[in-house]
Amino acid sequence: MSMQALYLLVPLAPLAGAIIAGLWGTKLFGNRLPRAGAHWVAIIGVGVSFVASVLIYMDVMRGNVFNGPVYTWLESGSITMQIGFLIDTLTVMMMLVVTFVSLMVHIYTVGYMEEDPGYERFFSYIALFTFSMLMLVMSNNFLQLFFGWEAVGLVSYLLIGFWYDRETAIFANLKAFLVNRVGDFGFLLGIGLILAHFGTLDYAAVFKAAPELATKTIPFLGATEVSLMTAICIGLFIGAMGKSAQVPLHVWLPDSMEGPTPISALIHAATMVTAGIFMVTRMSPLFELSETALSFVIVIGAITALFMGFLGMVQNDIKRVVAYSTLSQLGYMTVALGASAYSAAVFHLMTHAFFKALLFLAAGSVIIGMHHVQDIRQMGGLRKYMPITWITSLIGSLALIGTPGFSGFFSKDSIIDAVHHSHIPGSGFAYFAVLAGVFITAFYSFRMYFLVFHGKPRFDTSPARGHAHGKDAGHGDAHGHAGPPHETPWVVTVPLILLAIPSVVIGWMTIQPMLVGDFFKGVISVAINHNVLEEMARGFHGSMGMAVHGLTQLPFWLALGGVVVAWFFYLKRPDIPEMLATRLSPVYTLLDNKYYFDRFNQWFFAGGARALGNNLSEGGDRTLIDGWVVNGSARMVGAASRLIRFLQTGYVYHYAFAMLVGAVAFLTWSLRRM
Amino acid sequence: MPYLTLSILVPIVAGIALLFLSRADQTSLVRQLALAGAVLGLAVTIPLYTQFNTATGAMQFEELARWIEAYNINYHLGVDGISVLFIILNSFITVLVVVAGWVVVEKRPSQYYAAFLIMSGLMNGVFAALDGVLFYFFFEAMLIPMYLIIGGWGGPNRVYAAIKFFLYTMLGSVLMLVALLYLFNVSGGSFEILRWHLLPLPHKVQIFLFIAFFLAFAVKVPMWPVHTWLPDAHVEAPTGGSVVLAAITLKIGAYGFLRFILPIVPDASRTLTGFVIALSLVAVVYIGFVALVQKDMKKLIAYSSISHMGFVTLGFFLFSQLGVEGALVQMISHGFVSAAMFLCVGVVYDRMHSRMIADYGGVVHTMPRFAALFLFFAMANCGLPATSGFVGEFMVILAAVKVNFWLGFAAALTLILGAAYTLWMAKRVLFGKIANAHVAALTDVTTREFWLLAVVAIAVLAMGLYPKPFTDVMHQSVLDLLAHVARSKM
Repeated sequence: MSMQALYLLVPLAPLAGAIIAGLWGTKLFGNRLPRAGAHWVAIIGVGVSFVASVLIYMDVMRGNVFNGPVYTWLESGSITMQIGFLIDTLTVMMMLVVTFVSLMVHIYTVGYMEEDPGYERFFSYIALFTFSMLMLVMSNNFLQLFFGWEAVGLVSYLLIGFWYDRETAIFANLKAFLVNRVGDFGFLLGIGLILAHFGTLDYAAVFKAAPELATKTIPFLGATEVSLMTAICIGLFIGAMGKSAQVPLHVWLPDSMEGPTPISALIHAATMVTAGIFMVTRMSPLFELSETALSFVIVIGAITALFMGFLGMVQNDIKRVVAYSTLSQLGYMTVALGASAYSAAVFHLMTHAFFKALLFLAAGSVIIGMHHVQDIRQMGGLRKYMPITWITSLIGSLALIGTPGFSGFFSKDSIIDAVHHSHIPGSGFAYFAVLAGVFITAFYSFRMYFLVFHGKPRFDTSPARGHAHGKDAGHGDAHGHAGPPHETPWVVTVPLILLAIPSVVIGWMTIQPMLVGDFFKGVISVAINHNVLEEMARGFHGSMGMAVHGLTQLPFWLALGGVVVAWFFYLKRPDIPEMLATRLSPVYTLLDNKYYFDRFNQWFFAGGARALGNNLSEGGDRTLIDGWVVNGSARMVGAASRLIRFLQTGYVYHYAFAMLVGAVAFLTWSLRRM
Repeated sequence: MPYLTLSILVPIVAGIALLFLSRADQTSLVRQLALAGAVLGLAVTIPLYTQFNTATGAMQFEELARWIEAYNINYHLGVDGISVLFIILNSFITVLVVVAGWVVVEKRPSQYYAAFLIMSGLMNGVFAALDGVLFYFFFEAMLIPMYLIIGGWGGPNRVYAAIKFFLYTMLGSVLMLVALLYLFNVSGGSFEILRWHLLPLPHKVQIFLFIAFFLAFAVKVPMWPVHTWLPDAHVEAPTGGSVVLAAITLKIGAYGFLRFILPIVPDASRTLTGFVIALSLVAVVYIGFVALVQKDMKKLIAYSSISHMGFVTLGFFLFSQLGVEGALVQMISHGFVSAAMFLCVGVVYDRMHSRMIADYGGVVHTMPRFAALFLFFAMANCGLPATSGFVGEFMVILAAVKVNFWLGFAAALTLILGAAYTLWMAKRVLFGKIANAHVAALTDVTTREFWLLAVVAIAVLAMGLYPKPFTDVMHQSVLDLLAHVARSKM
């Protein structure tokens, strides 16, 4: 099989699975496919895609890079828009992450969604997601990037609203779609500027021409001119802010937890939300030309990393804690982008994909084991009941907080180090934010860990306990769910174990090539004065050395402090957090209300748009146009004809008189003109 | 073969034949004849695509015969890359309309189908006419069947809506008749539209002609602020009427811009560019907000149509190939998507006899196959990539950014607004718990309804994934038009 055919196979295999499961597995074509058939076509599709990605990875490692079209989508004048692939190290890394995590999630879903009536539909959606995400990362042009970008948004919409009879779910998915559309609005304008000034949407051509346009300015408001590159990059980055949930476009991500847990892991933690990080990395040749844009990026990232972490500390829903942690970690990646440490951002993207998918799937396992309870205040002591989930969760948490040796350590420490060396305006604040974030991350992660797995059980352990109808309605009652928590079946635990392995070792194994070596040779472009990773590379003496060195550094002690405080607060002295919540009630209220973003958006944007619409509809269309002009002119015609009726008397002398008057008037008028 | 004459005559003859089958026991014969007429009508338009020469921007499939010699009026037909696709689209939509009415229309079916078939032939005539009087004849004649459809098979307020529709469009086109007669005079007694294209005209005259044509076509498009007839007409029209209105009738207005305004008065068009663009953007943004608060599904889709047509007029007046082709693509796509949206509303209206969003909720539980299709078209309506709805909007927005960033900015707002009004409606109609006993009693789409919608879905998807075959047809004609418009006629 030629390499080109293999490239095509990667997205098309999951697409085939999605189509078969979606058309024949659902009522659309009469439900002809059995449930197992639906999961097999999807799993085989993604499995094939994963194997093909591995083969392509090996090929790329041999130095074979591909950049070429698949077909011409549209031609208009000098503009040619194509569907095409760019297969290089960055792409292939993303392909591996996406297909591997997706495969794990597919297998996990067999257990998690076992009794859901929408089983086949679910597999169709996640396979379709895998296809869309692969098209996004494999693209060699902005058109296809936008295609994939919106397509993953569509699948996210479908999956958040998967349980469509829940009011909260269908509110959350509409919200997610609209907030993402705000991001896409900026993204599309960025793409529009690129086409207007470069005349092409092809990455390679744009990157090649970019340095010449680095100093070009475009008119903005009135006489003000802004740098073209800054405008393009900020437009593109607004897209990234939507997809990668950066403040203030982050509001959709916590609500997206209304979807089934497997997609929280796949879409809203490991892959889709990192699309923005990937995209900015891909666009590094453009972002490097605008310090203003980089500064904007680093500040937004720092705000997200710090302030979303705070929110994680007060959440009680197990999935929402992980969701805020995702927001905060996306902030870390964005900070790295702003500091021009693109490879560190992508490195953290990869390690995060594994341990965060693990944490979400483990949370899902806890939810199944607890019979759909999601409130961590009602858990406790689960380590005795769910040993595999317990150990894998611990591994995930240790990786997340950056314990030296675990994957998260290598990536997070690299980011902190890179920000420390950055001179971009805003990097000082960012450095503070990422350092403080380490403590906060450790605190909320282990707060959740201790509350869930340690301490005394806070649930009823008697076997007679009925089925708790919690939020995840994935189960029916038929299989006699009752009694104490239980470990989940192998289809659930095996993916946990398979994800726990890279969560431990992937950082240790890959930091050398990805950050110090030249894995991304020529793919990521960094201006000489932005090269913050160079310093780190100079001091790098192997993964082991970095891990040992890490034990003496501030981030490690901050993380340790966070863990200890969490232990003290939630296992030793549970009265302290309660007391703090009362003492610091204004702060607590602010955090509990998520800084009032949702309320404001609901009032200002949703309410404002409806009010404006009503005013335009009633005042503009109905009263002004229809009432005054249309029906008004109809009334005028009516009135005029009534008047004219008076003139139509039928008496000849009236007409003669009128003619005379008319003739005199006409003559007067024409005489005056002479 | 005179394909254009056939595309006009086949549906009209079938329609007239139907009028003779008005007995109650002839209903099934009526349906079969109507379908045969519509399918044959579509079949004769296929060669227009397969035998179309994309290398030239000139008129093809031309037919010329003397009609009224005294005034030099000719039966002159022909199509170029701008008009050919609309004849095929129109004939395709006619088939859909016949199938959509299959078991639904019980009241005087022979006259119902006759009206649609005759209208279909007349509208093909509008797109094919190259003689001013012939064009005007078709342009006005097609109002009559539409008026009868709204007035005869419409909702409770149908008389108001029908008269509003008729007066609005009639009054709009009165000045156009004056303009046609003026052009006849200054061109030395010719009604040849293509000759008028070459006619030198002083700027002031061009402005007057612009206004005369603009009024006629802006009402048809419809552009803000002469759009208020459309929501009323849609609400009262039967499903088929709404489908044709949205899919084809509106396109005739937009087509007039390309066949008359831009080539006959290019200098005035350039002078008034800002004016038309402003109205177009008002349509996109203002109407987007208005659509958001509609309580009636048909009204919402009607407003959404106005908003989408704003992209068409915007694209025309960007005077770039990307913009004009994007606008044409948007016209075709809107033909599919709006037709499908109205068909979807028709499907549930036939069951519930309500168009009010508030009367629905949780339809997905009882009509899952319908819900899947409806959501697909909703996504196409908000311009999701890989559907046809994306292509035109994308092209026009990109072309607008090239002209001026803020133009693109305003146009791109549709990304948010379009998604907001369409998906909010989808949420309230399709999702949630079953709202009431009527929804609980709904039955899913029948095989006929399923395939009716599925065929359009395939077209929407095909055009979204591979729009090149559509734009390839347009290229040369659009290029010629733009070159022509760039030359001053003063």
